[in-house]
Amino acid sequence: MVVMMQRHMLHWRYRVWRGSGLGMEPSDKAVKEHPRLELSGITKAFPGVIANSDVSFKVAPGEIHALLGENGAGKSTLVKQIYGILKPDSGAIVWDGREVDVPSPHAARTLGIGMVFQHFSLFEAMTVLDNVALGMDDPGKDRAALAKRIREVSESYGLPLDPAREVHTLSVGERQRIEVVRCLLQSPRLLVMDEPTSVLTPQEVGKLFETLRKLKAEGCSILYISHKLNEIKELCDQATILRGGKVVAACDPREETARSMAQLMIGAEFRSVARREAGKGTGPIRMELKALSMAPEMAHGVPLKSINLSLRGGEILGIAGVAGNGQGDLLAAIAGERKAATPGAVIVDGKPVGRLGPAARRKLGLCTVPEERNGHGAVPDMSLTDNAMLSAHKRMGFMKGGFLDTAKARGFAAEVIKRFDVRTPGTETAAGSLSGGNLQKFIVGREILQKPEILVVAQPTWGVDAAAAATIQQALVDLAGTGSAILVISQDLDELLTLSDRIAVINAGQVSEAMPASTVSVEEIGLLMGGIHGTPEKGAA
Amino acid sequence: MALKIEARRQISTRMLYMTPFIAVFATVVAGFFLFMLLGADPFEALYEFFISPLETKYGLSELGVKAAPLIMIAIGLALGYRANIWNIGAEGQLTLGAVCGGAVALAFWEETGFYILPLMAIAGMAGGAAYAAIPAFLKTKFNVNEILTSLMLTYVATLFLAVLVFGPLKDPMGFNFPQSRMFSDSAILPIIWEETRLHAGFIVALLAAVAVWVLLTRTIIGFQIRTLGSAPAAARYAGFDRTKLTWFCLMLTGALAGLAGTFEVAGPIGQLVPNISPGYGFTAIIVAFLGRLHPLGIIASGLLMALSYMGGENAQINLNLPQAVTGVFQGMLLFFLLASDFLVRYRVRRLKPLVEGA
Repeated sequence: MVVMMQRHMLHWRYRVWRGSGLGMEPSDKAVKEHPRLELSGITKAFPGVIANSDVSFKVAPGEIHALLGENGAGKSTLVKQIYGILKPDSGAIVWDGREVDVPSPHAARTLGIGMVFQHFSLFEAMTVLDNVALGMDDPGKDRAALAKRIREVSESYGLPLDPAREVHTLSVGERQRIEVVRCLLQSPRLLVMDEPTSVLTPQEVGKLFETLRKLKAEGCSILYISHKLNEIKELCDQATILRGGKVVAACDPREETARSMAQLMIGAEFRSVARREAGKGTGPIRMELKALSMAPEMAHGVPLKSINLSLRGGEILGIAGVAGNGQGDLLAAIAGERKAATPGAVIVDGKPVGRLGPAARRKLGLCTVPEERNGHGAVPDMSLTDNAMLSAHKRMGFMKGGFLDTAKARGFAAEVIKRFDVRTPGTETAAGSLSGGNLQKFIVGREILQKPEILVVAQPTWGVDAAAAATIQQALVDLAGTGSAILVISQDLDELLTLSDRIAVINAGQVSEAMPASTVSVEEIGLLMGGIHGTPEKGAA
Repeated sequence: MALKIEARRQISTRMLYMTPFIAVFATVVAGFFLFMLLGADPFEALYEFFISPLETKYGLSELGVKAAPLIMIAIGLALGYRANIWNIGAEGQLTLGAVCGGAVALAFWEETGFYILPLMAIAGMAGGAAYAAIPAFLKTKFNVNEILTSLMLTYVATLFLAVLVFGPLKDPMGFNFPQSRMFSDSAILPIIWEETRLHAGFIVALLAAVAVWVLLTRTIIGFQIRTLGSAPAAARYAGFDRTKLTWFCLMLTGALAGLAGTFEVAGPIGQLVPNISPGYGFTAIIVAFLGRLHPLGIIASGLLMALSYMGGENAQINLNLPQAVTGVFQGMLLFFLLASDFLVRYRVRRLKPLVEGA
């Protein structure tokens, strides 16, 4: 408390002494005028976990400030308190030198805080204009004027948007623009962006960064949440690193290396995945997709269009792509959760399996890890033993007649826990009480210990802490080393470049030709992700 | 002072099994005050309601007679509810079971033989299952909500029974009363307690509960049912066939309800009449939930619901209290159950004021 008061007095003194904060050199800006936002001792606890503990930092006007941390470090909780969605248990939010209470997002917007969420809240069947108007506190009566403003603002920031388009016809990147433009229309003085690039192609990321730099030049502060270190190095002026809910370091990302920031972030020596030597992945073809087409399961989804793919033993094939381009249906079609129109559309070891269900395909050696852990890959209310039973009961023989051999399943679960370092009190713990990383280790471990000949994994390290991610990636590489064929469907391009022998791109339900990961460039993949099709040579030209 | 409701991280399973007992205790306490307000001596009233039905041979045996169909139906319903299959038409399946089992009894009305009762039981189960097959077919083929179809079919079943007992199955010697012949002795369930109406169906109900418990916890089908109810997407991922499981649950529920219907006509009633069940098929829904959808819990809750009926009758007869007391007690029981369930899963926390800590 005392420290805080001293800090305040310091600012106040400088302000009086130097007059107004205008016209100062950028270097001593931080001391001369109030920071746009200052957090002081923010603490927020949930039952059993302290999400934020005594978090303090400042964001200067016109500063792009990175909030860096692993999943579960407390970044989202923190910004939710800034945006008025959550209320801090203790601590102060100081806005332009004045301590404020932010009871609601409405109050946050009134102060001048805008936020772009990781998950959009848009109505797919409505137009851009309707969606913008719905998200504004005071859209005004004149829709034509609003449409004009949307056009002006979006174009002046290099994010062109047609107000009359219906949202479901837009790409994910364009949908994000709606959210950004919605904030910009309210002339924010602080823009909070939660993992904005996870849904963008490399080219779209570049465009977004231009917009953000423009905003910065106009004096808008940006709080940029990410765990992608290269982006932060490229974009941000300051970084606050959170670990376990606490601020562990503050640094200037331009002066750090990605590796040094990663170590601050995970608090341990950064372990990189041991890459395999080239030349692997020349085993026999284990799985083929032949002209696989399928209608989307969800309304407004994209259909799978005549997908051809072959997967060899010992290789890791990555499928890159922006979310919502048919990845979910592709996984369901391969796993057997959705059946193909013809048996020959999916071939496992020469056998047509397109009309078989997941259990039958698993028996043939095809195991899968879905993207969603809770409720899809695992049953949250069931014990880990039961969750081992879930996908392994046939392949590992956890049945005697029609009865369950629970003891055997428990032994298997215990082995998964041991081999994959799953942090849990025991095999009878409910899957839902595990952290994301631990549950993912359990699920991936459960599939790998079934010794699959073919493993298809969606988003293996999505929302998983760095240490767990390294364990999972290493396990996939090791499995490929034993001759199994692995298909990784991921939106994380860095991950695919680290893991894969070959990379293909899915866009609008079509899958490009697979290219060797060692020679393909990020730009080529980015163009394919953005929907510019053609042979890789043409794309590069 | 601000209060906040938040989910508990660790839900105590032991407490979850304790809640029905807590609910019963709270109901007794609340009932004490309720009787006081109604001007009755609360001790006497509680005694009449909860204890006196258990003091006589008649009371105890009737408890079993009423609990038997409740348990048998609730067991089947619970299985379906575990899989999120909401059959609420057990009353109709019970009626069809009674019709089919009764028809067999009437077909053999002049015969004697050990085979008649088993034949009736099979016919009753087949009738109930066949009736539940209608919602199963509509659900799996056209994705029609089984809540609506099973409920509406209940009324059809009641009218169908009425048509039969007013028409083709009417007792020719029955002075035109809408009821069938009395069943022959070979078509009547053996009494397991002399001089009472408690019949072998009670034992069958207990056996059914144990059998379903084994099915649910020890077999792969039970595991599939639990998974389907808890996480449908995970069930699909594992390759569990939703269509087959829907059929299985509805058919088994229907068969058990049908068997309960057959046992009603082959037990306490002894013939087909227009009204076979005082709403057992609906009350069983409450029994299933009060018993935590757990077969052994259902035995206890089935007995408790049977007791509340009898206690209500006693309070009416001996204390001149309104019949609504039964409903009020059942309502309180459900209320306290839901409330204590909630408090096991959530807790109310007093928010600390926003003061800087040391």
